[in-house]
Amino acid sequence: MSPHSAHPCAPARPVKLECRSVWKLFGAGAPHYALDRPDAADSAALAEAGLVGAVRDVNLGVAEGEIFVIMGLSGSGKSTLVRCLSRLVEPTSGQILLNGENLLAANARRMIEIRRHHMGMVFQHFALLPHLTVLGNVAFPLEVQGVARAAREDRARAMIELVGLGGREMFFPRELSGGQQQRVGIARSLAVEPELWFLDEPFSALDPLIRREMQDEFIRLQSVLKKTIVFITHDFDEAIRLADRIAIMKDGKVVQIGTPEELVLAPADDYVAEFTRGVSRAKVVRAVSLMVPYPGEAEEAASGPTVAANAPVAEAAPLFAAGQAEVTVIDGSGQPLGILTRAAVVDVMMRG
Amino acid sequence: MSAPAHVPIDDQPLAQPHGTPAGAQATFWPAVWLIAGGAFTLLWLYGEPVAKWAFKVPRDWQIPAKRWIGDFMRWLVEDASLGLFTFTDLTRFIADLVDIPYRFVLGLLSTGLLDGRGSSAEEVLPPLSWIAVTGLLMLLGHYAGGRRLALLVGACFGFLAVFGQWDNAMITLASILIAVPVGVGLGLLLGLAGHRWHPVEAALRPVLDLMQTVPVFAYLVPILFLFGFGPTSAIVATIIYALPPMTRISLLALRQVPKEVRELGRMTGCSRRQMTWRILVPTAMPGLMVGVNQVIMLSLNMVIIASMIGAGGLGFEVLSALRRLDIGAGFEAGLAIVALAIALDRLSQAFARKGRRHAQSAGHEQGAGLGGGLWRRHPHTVAAIALVIFSLAAGLLSAPLQRYPEALQLSSGTLGSDLVGWINVNFFDQLEAAKNLLLLNVLIPFKRFLLSLPWIGVVALLGLCGLRLGGWRLGLSVALLAALIALTGQWPKAMVTVYLCGISVVIAALIGIPIGIVAAERERLWKGVEIVIDTLQTLPSFVYLMPAVMLFRVGDFTAMIAVVAYAIAPAIRYTAHGLRQVDPQLVEAGVVAGATRWQLLTRIKLKLTLPEILLGLNQTIMLALSMLVITALVGTRDLGQEVYIALTKADTGRGLVAGLAVAFIAIIADRLIAAGAARTRARLGLTPS
Repeated sequence: MSPHSAHPCAPARPVKLECRSVWKLFGAGAPHYALDRPDAADSAALAEAGLVGAVRDVNLGVAEGEIFVIMGLSGSGKSTLVRCLSRLVEPTSGQILLNGENLLAANARRMIEIRRHHMGMVFQHFALLPHLTVLGNVAFPLEVQGVARAAREDRARAMIELVGLGGREMFFPRELSGGQQQRVGIARSLAVEPELWFLDEPFSALDPLIRREMQDEFIRLQSVLKKTIVFITHDFDEAIRLADRIAIMKDGKVVQIGTPEELVLAPADDYVAEFTRGVSRAKVVRAVSLMVPYPGEAEEAASGPTVAANAPVAEAAPLFAAGQAEVTVIDGSGQPLGILTRAAVVDVMMRG
Repeated sequence: MSAPAHVPIDDQPLAQPHGTPAGAQATFWPAVWLIAGGAFTLLWLYGEPVAKWAFKVPRDWQIPAKRWIGDFMRWLVEDASLGLFTFTDLTRFIADLVDIPYRFVLGLLSTGLLDGRGSSAEEVLPPLSWIAVTGLLMLLGHYAGGRRLALLVGACFGFLAVFGQWDNAMITLASILIAVPVGVGLGLLLGLAGHRWHPVEAALRPVLDLMQTVPVFAYLVPILFLFGFGPTSAIVATIIYALPPMTRISLLALRQVPKEVRELGRMTGCSRRQMTWRILVPTAMPGLMVGVNQVIMLSLNMVIIASMIGAGGLGFEVLSALRRLDIGAGFEAGLAIVALAIALDRLSQAFARKGRRHAQSAGHEQGAGLGGGLWRRHPHTVAAIALVIFSLAAGLLSAPLQRYPEALQLSSGTLGSDLVGWINVNFFDQLEAAKNLLLLNVLIPFKRFLLSLPWIGVVALLGLCGLRLGGWRLGLSVALLAALIALTGQWPKAMVTVYLCGISVVIAALIGIPIGIVAAERERLWKGVEIVIDTLQTLPSFVYLMPAVMLFRVGDFTAMIAVVAYAIAPAIRYTAHGLRQVDPQLVEAGVVAGATRWQLLTRIKLKLTLPEILLGLNQTIMLALSMLVITALVGTRDLGQEVYIALTKADTGRGLVAGLAVAFIAIIADRLIAAGAARTRARLGLTPS
């Protein structure tokens, strides 16, 4: 049962957004702080210089079409990091490459251009404009760009329909529930067809039941839209549910980056292990990680029950209920990849 | 709601935590106070023969500020030049600029639109009839707040017509209709500038503090010089008076726009202008509407004062009635101002509260013809246009529909006088006895005591208070302001002001705080009390003066009664508000611990409410000071009188120096109390609200 480091079914996709040793220091002496010394990221060294290291030497890359979740507790710097990525907060140093273009070198005009056409953002507390209707809010980013009224309203109506709020176009934000308000926020962020979609704790302000519903909605939307997504959350379960890959942050530093499975099976340190402890392995470990190679000819059609390679083991478990000893694991095109044995599944399930 | 002299407290430095250990702290300050108090008492009792300068500022120490200001003013009016034109040209130009829309509005409401000036003017269009104006405002009321508001507004304007105040009221309304938009616009622009550029905000703060604390009388004279006598300079004075709260509220409302909403603006790629007008201002709108309400109320508050420099209208009516002591006439015009104030206050509050709702069922609009559709979509606009056309036509046909017929006018004039007469005949002895008792036993001794204090000692003690409450910067600035009052030769008059203000505030607190306590826990009583104090704060300050004069004639006692009545509202409001905000869990903790009602009140609620009560007291002091200047009309002998005399003699220097002294007293009181409240809050672990 060795952890797979690469996503077997995901083709190697080009990197959309890359972050190279990005720093954000708060404090009067931030511009003069020597970042190249070996202990630069140490809390003690920063404290001595009277600085707060909100983001320390972060390196990461987000692939096209990927859901990249940045997870951390409050104060871990995850919100600052996502604001560095969109340059809402000016990083102290580093490079942020979007399609290879360094955003930190872009001038104000270019930045407005990039934000208008390439980025969308969803906010924790929705950030809806109280004086505009749902339609007005969703059309707002297009209005700012100077898109003609008819065109922007058509687009906005389509987005409202997409998030399931059709018929409420003329409502004002305060007439909607929290979940509905966030749907408006989502529709608005999608109105400009961004390539890069930032979601800053979008569901944290919602009730648990609504949160779950919105996560499902988000998964549905992404299956249609296939955006490149940076998703911020403090909820590890949410991260596990939604992420292709997760970066765990602590005190401004990235502790570990990996797929949910990798984090659960091989936590980098005690801090990550603390989060993964409560996670049921069966829900994270994928069938492909647990299977044994397919004994027969690969071209033969699989007989009996099958399970997708990427499906978590927990999804395969009910298939054994009828008394089967084995379940065939198949790839996206239906070709058998391997065999999942009852014993292996039971072993994972029993260990929680 | 109006709180004319609101000085914010948010920029006060909190008490610096001291490095000294707690033990040393506990004995250090009492010792300091003991020594300071002892030294002060010694100086007070035995110092006079030794150090005369400590009691009366020597002549050659005095700063000739009056002369400086007078000279500067003369230079400004006579010589100052801005290249192509003089400074006076500029101000006269501004006056003309204000005059154009004023003439237009006045024409609509009162004189009719005229072609040409003076007696040769021809009427192009008659003014809106009383029915049209009342109807329009009722429609506005219906639009903003429904049927009840429409009826209230109708009743207020009906009152104006029935009691024969219509013409004067329209003159007043015209000047308010000009002053309010200009005041709101300028205030918002200043607020936006301060919000965008920090240095601007830093520069604005002290200016706003002074604008709000210098009594209006003090700057009437320079305005008179620069803008001339007449309605326009009255409008300018009104705008200056109403501007600071709008600026402050704009700053506050803009600062309160959530961070995420700003980020939204940046993420959607807003330009600076789009950020301001599409994001910041609309999001801050509910807060800004509170500012609009304040501007309206302050403009109404200025109506009477503005009539001193030629505003005319209701204010002039009250003022002239007050001067000839015709109580009945003055009271009626005063009530007319109140009616106007209530109508405009409720209207603007309704607009502030009016939540936007989505249009009801869109299906209705279809099917109906074009006219019907217009009617459905904009019923109020259509009704308003119909009303104006109809009333114009009707006014041409029948005079009573144009002007309210005199035969139907009522007057309560004799009623008011009769009532006062009756009270004076039957209760004269009792009233007189109560007045003399208080005067002889409280007011006069307190006044003598304050006047006998050495100024240098008071300055030192105030400085020490500042040091203790807010650190050395506060101590130094407080002492400096107090010393300036003395060195400009205003000390004795300032002490009289402090005495009148102090007594009034103590009495207002003694009455107001218990009312607040009692009302806080009884929901229905509180509702009633709230309506009463809202109404009290709607009334222009002059209104309080009249009944007091009727009953007690002129003098300090009358002034005190009027000040107490004017300034009591915040004492009640803040106390009740604070008590109602106490964390219910803390009260429950007290109940579970077995506290009696009395213990709950004294041990938990009042302790936690102390900062709030202090702020209420602060507001009470500010209101009392602004009222004191007005009571100069009934013969006090304080700084207010000095300002008033300067006004009648058109002496800019004298008026401004005395006015600044009043402002300094207000600022000293405000800063000390705010620092005290912040300290108490910090000690109680409450976050500043």
